[in-house]
Amino acid sequence: MTAVTEDATGAATELPRLLPPPETKKADDWHAHAGRHGRLPYRDRQGILIREIEAAGLTGRGGAAFPVHQKLQAVFGAADKRRRTPAVIANGAESEPASDKDATLLWLSPHLVLDGLQLAAEAVGADTAILYTHVNREHDVGSRLREALQARQAAGVDRVPVQLATAPARFLSGQETALINHLSGGPAIPTFMPPRITERGLNGVPTLVQNAETLAHLALIARKGPRWFRGVGTDAEPGSMLVTIRRADGRPRISEVPLGLPLKDLTGEIGPDSAVLVGGYHGTWLTGSEASTLTLDNRSLAQAHARVGAGIVITLPADRCGLVETARVVRYLALESAGQCGPCLNGLPRIAAALAEIAGGRARPQAVADVERWSGLVTGRGACHHPDGTTRFVGSALRTFAAEVERHQRGRCSASVTSPFLPVPKDAARTEHDWI
Amino acid sequence: MAEKLLVNPIDCEGHGACAELLPEAITMDEWGYPIVDPRPLPPGLERNARAAVSACPTLALRLVRS
Repeated sequence: MTAVTEDATGAATELPRLLPPPETKKADDWHAHAGRHGRLPYRDRQGILIREIEAAGLTGRGGAAFPVHQKLQAVFGAADKRRRTPAVIANGAESEPASDKDATLLWLSPHLVLDGLQLAAEAVGADTAILYTHVNREHDVGSRLREALQARQAAGVDRVPVQLATAPARFLSGQETALINHLSGGPAIPTFMPPRITERGLNGVPTLVQNAETLAHLALIARKGPRWFRGVGTDAEPGSMLVTIRRADGRPRISEVPLGLPLKDLTGEIGPDSAVLVGGYHGTWLTGSEASTLTLDNRSLAQAHARVGAGIVITLPADRCGLVETARVVRYLALESAGQCGPCLNGLPRIAAALAEIAGGRARPQAVADVERWSGLVTGRGACHHPDGTTRFVGSALRTFAAEVERHQRGRCSASVTSPFLPVPKDAARTEHDWI
Repeated sequence: MAEKLLVNPIDCEGHGACAELLPEAITMDEWGYPIVDPRPLPPGLERNARAAVSACPTLALRLVRS
């Protein structure tokens, strides 16, 4: 058992909460997990937990920061109204190539996610529970999860049987409608809403989809209460979150930090001319001077049109060119379009090509205006938010690297190192089988 | 109750019939896909809007309550 520091109100401020304490240096098996966190606190009645999650103010940690209790309530209400038994899905398909927090959580604390899945299933009255993950690049998360489920079965803790499902290695396969499409037997490509998944999702039943980390927080709130959860974070955005931090060495570091933490605590020392990417490849580039005044919460980041997203904070090394890096990532994003919607299918490759031209130097004078016009044309016109996220990323690059754009127009570039920095998977989708 | 147009961008294949029948609310982008005015349809356009909806070869255009 770890010691927990509490302040006068009984709120706990010690981190990490989700990951095993660093000194243990190993992943939680069932016994370590049960020893640290105790029994699964089933409420033995549907709906009860929803009020507690509302009091805690937990929001989704997959990127959208949607209030969790609203989703729980929507599924619970739809199930009641339509007299259908809902399904619950833990989304561990972390498709952002720069992110590694869900894979790390599933590797180190699989039982906390599985606890959250059970408790969420009970809260909405679900009889189906699925854990959806990617094949991990480094760890065999799949066999870790199979072991974890066997241990839980032997201990008799799970009330709803959990199925494991694997996402294809595509950027969009973790998107909610793509996930439902895939688990319903189709390709992992987005579909057009409405109806909402909370009303008609997996096989037509009301479906709760929550990010894996969100469920782990839920499992702890169920044990320790809303006040404990609010012991860290801000009033508006309480709690902690997992972040993936990348600095000059390029290696990801996963850390659990309170919302509202100064960004500079994550980036280290940053000069005004440096740049920080917050929120990943659908996120926002900030200048060093912006990043040094902002904190890791949506209220603060909104000042710079940025969002916390799934907690990715990347410091661009001083020897790299932000335009070259952005162009390479946008090419990847264009190739990862499912190609279903005309504006995305036509616009993203054109934006990517013009950015490559700008990054290459001495571009046509109208190249920047082209990117801006096409960005306006694709935004808000897809079935999913892939075009919107991509243009947010592109627009922030043109703002943050405005001086570099001018330098490139004169045929110069401030980078001294040309090897790629931001991680981009090698294989683009070629055939329909790549989405299955 | 006021209605508005909603295009399903997955089903839309850019045939362009809607923009021809309802230029007041639908224009075409440079790739031939419709840009639909998201605001409630102004009075007097309902008939043409219904014609545009029926003319869509892929049934991608709908009128919904706004």
